[in-house]
Amino acid sequence: MSERPAQLFGVMGEFSTPEDLLAATKKTREAGYKHVEAYTPFPVEGLSEAVGFKWTAVPLLTLMGGVGGGLTGFGLQYWVAAIAYPLNIGGRPLNSWPAFIPVTFELTVLGASIFAVFGMLALNKLPQPYHPVFNVERFGQASTDKFFLCIEARDPKFELAETSRFLQSLHAQHVNEVKDEE
Amino acid sequence: MSVTQNLPTGHEPEPWLEPGHTYASVTDKISSVVLTRPLGIGWLLGFAFLFGVVMMLNLAIGYLIVKGTGIWGINIPIGWGFAIVNFVWWIGIGHAGTLISAILYLLNQKWRTSINRFAEAMTLFAVACAGLFPLIHTGRPWMAYYMFPYPSTMGVWPQFRSPLIWDVFAVSTYGTVSLMFWFVGLLPDLATLRDRAKSRWQQVIFGMLSMGWRGSARHWHRYQSAYLLLAGLATPLVLSVHTVVSFDFATGIVPGWHTTIFPPYFVAGAIYSGFAMVLTLAIPLRKAYGLEGFITLRHLEQMAKVMLATGLIVAYGYFIEFFMAFYSGNKFDVFLAMQRLHGPYAPFYYALILCNILTPQLLWFKKVRRNIPALFVMSLIINTGMWLERFVIVVISLTRDFMPSAWGRYSPTVWDYATFAGTLGLFTMLIFLFVRGLPAIAISEMRELVHQDSHGNEGHS
Repeated sequence: MSERPAQLFGVMGEFSTPEDLLAATKKTREAGYKHVEAYTPFPVEGLSEAVGFKWTAVPLLTLMGGVGGGLTGFGLQYWVAAIAYPLNIGGRPLNSWPAFIPVTFELTVLGASIFAVFGMLALNKLPQPYHPVFNVERFGQASTDKFFLCIEARDPKFELAETSRFLQSLHAQHVNEVKDEE
Repeated sequence: MSVTQNLPTGHEPEPWLEPGHTYASVTDKISSVVLTRPLGIGWLLGFAFLFGVVMMLNLAIGYLIVKGTGIWGINIPIGWGFAIVNFVWWIGIGHAGTLISAILYLLNQKWRTSINRFAEAMTLFAVACAGLFPLIHTGRPWMAYYMFPYPSTMGVWPQFRSPLIWDVFAVSTYGTVSLMFWFVGLLPDLATLRDRAKSRWQQVIFGMLSMGWRGSARHWHRYQSAYLLLAGLATPLVLSVHTVVSFDFATGIVPGWHTTIFPPYFVAGAIYSGFAMVLTLAIPLRKAYGLEGFITLRHLEQMAKVMLATGLIVAYGYFIEFFMAFYSGNKFDVFLAMQRLHGPYAPFYYALILCNILTPQLLWFKKVRRNIPALFVMSLIINTGMWLERFVIVVISLTRDFMPSAWGRYSPTVWDYATFAGTLGLFTMLIFLFVRGLPAIAISEMRELVHQDSHGNEGHS
């Protein structure tokens, strides 16, 4: 426990089904809240759009990783076989590119996969052992069978009593304050 | 969402999940195997035995390092022997996991959900066993780093035109990508275990592994994007790995190896043996941990159908090998084909045909596909058959190639058998540890399945 009074991170409501959560999220956005986040035990179709998330850089990063991996793979082989360590075997061409395809392909896939995975983790800011939502006792259920909607305090429209009432009006169970104890 | 339907049978298809399950019940059932179930006497005895087998593997490898590869049955001309037979066999088994995870994911096959996690684990362990063999077959495994391109003081670089170097890249890429794919899939489940763990050390371990996953909508969005891309990348990768392994043979001029049918027929064989191994593991697993509601009879039947289909492709491969030998008229190829039928190793070839082609035809019958003991025995037979296939390819071609003066014979020694049995023990021991240490079925995907089932998604789009 810190000595400073805990800061308010937001208000969180709990729902029992993904449909209720999705409907509530849409209404929250319609009511003008901008900083909204939903937490679910499995991906729910349409939910990321409902919280206002449209575009992810993961595919672009993956493409970059793939192109980079492929160029590295072919470049390395060309440099080794034609420049650094040329072996003249019966006068065959040094840049025997068909023989370089398998390694180029493997490094393309490797580069793209590494960028996809680590790009996804980095954009999600993981690993992140602490997050205020974990302070809500019932939030442990978010990885089993409960669906949570959090309206964050940094939202310009946020006002504790008003926002809590709003969540209750959406039929959320267990509306809790989310404290940031850091 | 479009779901590929089974052929219409005139009645409702069986569900992929026992009816009546909820988000909480699937979570409970799968996570309790890891978190709360006590270690039974069967698990402990099995683990102790397997640990002993792994110690035997250590002994066999230790002695090999002290004495050199002369303790094995390999000689000139049969330089490859058990090491390469076992390498190709294990890497083939390692194909089913990523195939199930990636290709069936792209094809939207719901039945992958219950089996993908442990099939992926199986893949990783099989690749680990496979990687061991070329490493120790070098004779000086501490020099294996020579195969990687690094700026050495000798100024020497790897020969990138050699399929053996392609192999290094293909297998290490496959191992790395499979590991990442597996871990990404595990991430939400590790968070579930973290939230449900009761003891402090479980909370700490799963807390660290889950990286603070909290299931936010934005996280899921990026997660799904990355997972789909990984599936798309892993699909050609799976097909490339055994293709490259087949190049080890096909780019050589040895009779029986130098054929263009090798890449597709190796890939089909890999999937064949991989599914057989998935069945070998799934049947005891569902029984031991009461997971019959998740890995249903319909799943087993589906895998049997995949085995039947890939088995027929393999049979076609065997046929084309013979056809091409005679069609080409090359006397060495014809001679080799006759060696398979009449040579000193002919019994192995006939056993191979029996295991890989004749017996699996029983899978045409629904009664056999839905008979669990029969399927289990069948999976063991197919695994044996696939091992024999690699033995036939490696040994028969090498013992009798072009010049009779260079012919030889091969018989493995006790150290060959000890090493092979040791990797079987290592593989099974890792499976034992995995089943109790991590969720053997993807929990978050099962919750998705519960969600879809409750909305009657099957068969509709």
